[in-house]
Amino acid sequence: MAALLEVDQLKIDARKDDGSLSPIVKGVSFNVDRGEVVALIGESGSGKTTIALSALGYTKPGLEFTSGEVRLHGQDVISMPSEEKRLMRGQKVAYLAQSAAATFNPSLTIGEQVTESPVLHGQLNQEEANQRAIELYRALELPDPEKLGKRYPHQVSGGQLQRLMAAMALCGNPDLLVLDEPTTALDVTTQIEVLKAFKSVIKQEGSAAIYVTHDLSVVAQIADDIVVLYAGEIQEHGRAEQVVYQPGHDYTRRLMNAVRPPPAAGQGDEMTGDHEREAPALEVRELSAGYGKKNNGNPSIRVLRDVNISIERGHTVGVIGESGCGKSTLARVMSGLLPASQGDVLLDGEPLQPDLKNRSRSELQKVQFVFQMADTALNPRQRIDQILGRPLEFYLGLKGGEKRKRIAELLEMVELPQDFAGRYPDELSGGQKQRINLARALAASPEILLCDEVISALDSIVGANVIELLKRLRKLTGVSYVFISHDLSTVASFADEIVVLYAGRVVEQGHVDQVLSPPYHPYTRLLIASVPELRVGWLEATMETQEAKAGIDRVVRITETGCPFFDRCPIKIEGTCDKEIPPIRNFGDHHQIECHRSEADFLN
Amino acid sequence: MLFQAVFRRVLIGIVTLLVVSIIIFIGTSLLPGDVAEIILGQMATPESLAALRIKLGMDHPPHIRYLMWLGDLLTGDLGMSKAGSGAGTIGTEISVMIAPRLMNTLRLSGMVAIISIPMAMMLGLLASMYPGSRIDRIITFSTLSIISVPDFLVAMILVMIFAVQLGWLPSIAYMSGNETGWQLIRALLMPTLTLVTIVSAQIIRMTRATILNIMSSPYIEMAILKGVPRKRIILRHSLLNTIGPIVNVIALNMAWLIGGVVIVETVFAYPGLAKLMIDGVQTRDLPLVQACAMIFCATYVVLILIADMASIISNPRLRHPK
Repeated sequence: MAALLEVDQLKIDARKDDGSLSPIVKGVSFNVDRGEVVALIGESGSGKTTIALSALGYTKPGLEFTSGEVRLHGQDVISMPSEEKRLMRGQKVAYLAQSAAATFNPSLTIGEQVTESPVLHGQLNQEEANQRAIELYRALELPDPEKLGKRYPHQVSGGQLQRLMAAMALCGNPDLLVLDEPTTALDVTTQIEVLKAFKSVIKQEGSAAIYVTHDLSVVAQIADDIVVLYAGEIQEHGRAEQVVYQPGHDYTRRLMNAVRPPPAAGQGDEMTGDHEREAPALEVRELSAGYGKKNNGNPSIRVLRDVNISIERGHTVGVIGESGCGKSTLARVMSGLLPASQGDVLLDGEPLQPDLKNRSRSELQKVQFVFQMADTALNPRQRIDQILGRPLEFYLGLKGGEKRKRIAELLEMVELPQDFAGRYPDELSGGQKQRINLARALAASPEILLCDEVISALDSIVGANVIELLKRLRKLTGVSYVFISHDLSTVASFADEIVVLYAGRVVEQGHVDQVLSPPYHPYTRLLIASVPELRVGWLEATMETQEAKAGIDRVVRITETGCPFFDRCPIKIEGTCDKEIPPIRNFGDHHQIECHRSEADFLN
Repeated sequence: MLFQAVFRRVLIGIVTLLVVSIIIFIGTSLLPGDVAEIILGQMATPESLAALRIKLGMDHPPHIRYLMWLGDLLTGDLGMSKAGSGAGTIGTEISVMIAPRLMNTLRLSGMVAIISIPMAMMLGLLASMYPGSRIDRIITFSTLSIISVPDFLVAMILVMIFAVQLGWLPSIAYMSGNETGWQLIRALLMPTLTLVTIVSAQIIRMTRATILNIMSSPYIEMAILKGVPRKRIILRHSLLNTIGPIVNVIALNMAWLIGGVVIVETVFAYPGLAKLMIDGVQTRDLPLVQACAMIFCATYVVLILIADMASIISNPRLRHPK
């Protein structure tokens, strides 16, 4: 029997502004059988999304099919008349995009969007479609399935929206699902819940799927077959176990090496005491901050509460937590972009003015910020030498030849060629822009570098290289990092100390090895357990743990009373944890856990 | 949340109007000469001036006079004009003078709105449905050309074509007030045509840009990949999200229409409010200028208010709070 989908010598070109064509997909062939999940894996620019979309007979604007066929049930979908294509889309092949938040129309109800396709195609009438949608909401474990359809996209959480997109795709009972990085934008705890829902629904419905991702660990959980792509060509194609455990191709091995091992004690860099002094480089004491109108000195939306952190000279402090926990706010308060409502920020033991505007030039110079998106942080109208030259003039008063010399040194530090000085940011790749972004911060010769999710937007190999660069720069300059990330594996491999934030509170902090080995705060344990591992069957095993059952994909609530983690905690004490703010338990050598459970409880 | 947002917006509108009234009051006060001098003209003696000033309440300090003027304004009393009066007497009531002129301007702008809004939206939609096609290029080219030409020149060109070359229409739109049916339409046709051309060009361009922007968003791509027909994508998925911005553009253009008719009314000698105001400026009839300016500003503020309301109400986040 023929495969459900046959991609046969597919070639897709991009049409440039001058009318010439440049190849994006260079003759790719593979099959998808019924009931099977095929993963397309590769970095950005590998053509994986373009290939996946061809299963719907669709290309993004500016791309063209040049040759080859994509046969669904033996019929070529590329040469299909457009009306037939329309009938095929949604009914036979359905698409799930990366960002559900952008994919749902903000003005229409969830129900209308989920049921639209099967109703338009005449597969179901509106009543039947609504019933089918409710069944799917149940299967995907969405809350309040009966009423969910009447709500609007902004009224549900990101993780729920991602699962609703699955409901939207499945409503028309398609033969093939195309999933395009459906979990990439999610927190780890949300990601495993969504993965589990996808996997069980795909199995239940018996549909086949193409799963596009750059994350090998995720692929290992869900795929039967793996296709490894690079620059529009297949590098390796095989069964999942084989590709994961015995990769045959060099590129696959490079991808595997960029996958960080699951976070555990003993991965961090050994720090020498070279740069240490008595006073920490940066310290925050009893810090609270937030947004909105001030009321009795407290902002209406409090994001951070009573945060105590100190950053030793030359050390790296990793700040981790799910989105909305206050990580970025912490960096903004340290830099003075957002003045704290209570508490102090101390630089070399001296209190800093809360507001950036009141800080002296040398104070500003010592604390520099590296933003997540190099694309938006670098002015597209300035050349690289202007971007790097500005802080050199402003902070160090360098001019002319001295300035040029320093710019050359900075480019060398971030391992970029000298001729980049004359280029504009648009001429650089994502990883190169991030290096310039780093060099710009380093130009001020800071003592503290606040790095906010600096590798989150980069491909795994490029991101791993940037981390290596950060390590070398620390050795070279003795700078301290505050490294904010939602990716625990990266932080584990790179930081000296870890601060775990939850709902604006520090729930645990200490040396990397202490935080990543028992005793754990239950939230830390949940985070560690949720990081996907590069092994087949990890997902099922993890979902059985008590942490996962209690805590995965619950909404973070910022509470005025009690422990904010109460709802999700497997070891909570009713009557205490929901009423009183938890005390800090000390486990020696600055390892602290904020919990009502006593030291003795943890050690047993 | 919706109520709050609407309430706050209305409040801002009221504050804006107050600020505008202060600016107008101060602005006209800065002009040399006062009403008493203007009314009395050559007949002025220091005694008669003083007497008239007291009669007009001008002996009060400026802030009191402002409050009195504002109070009169709010009760519908626009004050007295010097026009049509003999020397030494106080002239006609401004509201009486303005009423027929305002009617004329409203009639003209109403016609323009009725013709241009549906036409411009259709053309904008048409251009956005087939971007880069011949029809899109023709529409884009002609709207851009019209926008780049000053208003009065558009009027002159139309006069040259329809009045001078073809001789179909009169080149001025003078009205005695007794016109009926065909005569009225004939008189209005030239100014209407001019304004429709200018206003439509703006609306077409903005409608096209707004719809194109929405059509390139991920949720429209998703609708395509769900097999939604093109017609439904435009009417159901994109139109709802374009209402806010498009109503905004329309309201802005209508606001411009109310104020910006000045040039067109002058070119065609059309007896509208704008022309009355220009005449008021020429004869230094300050109360009349103040009243006309207030009407123009109020209309502007109200139209912008409507535009903002439309975008507030069409925002699903405000309509359906969490």
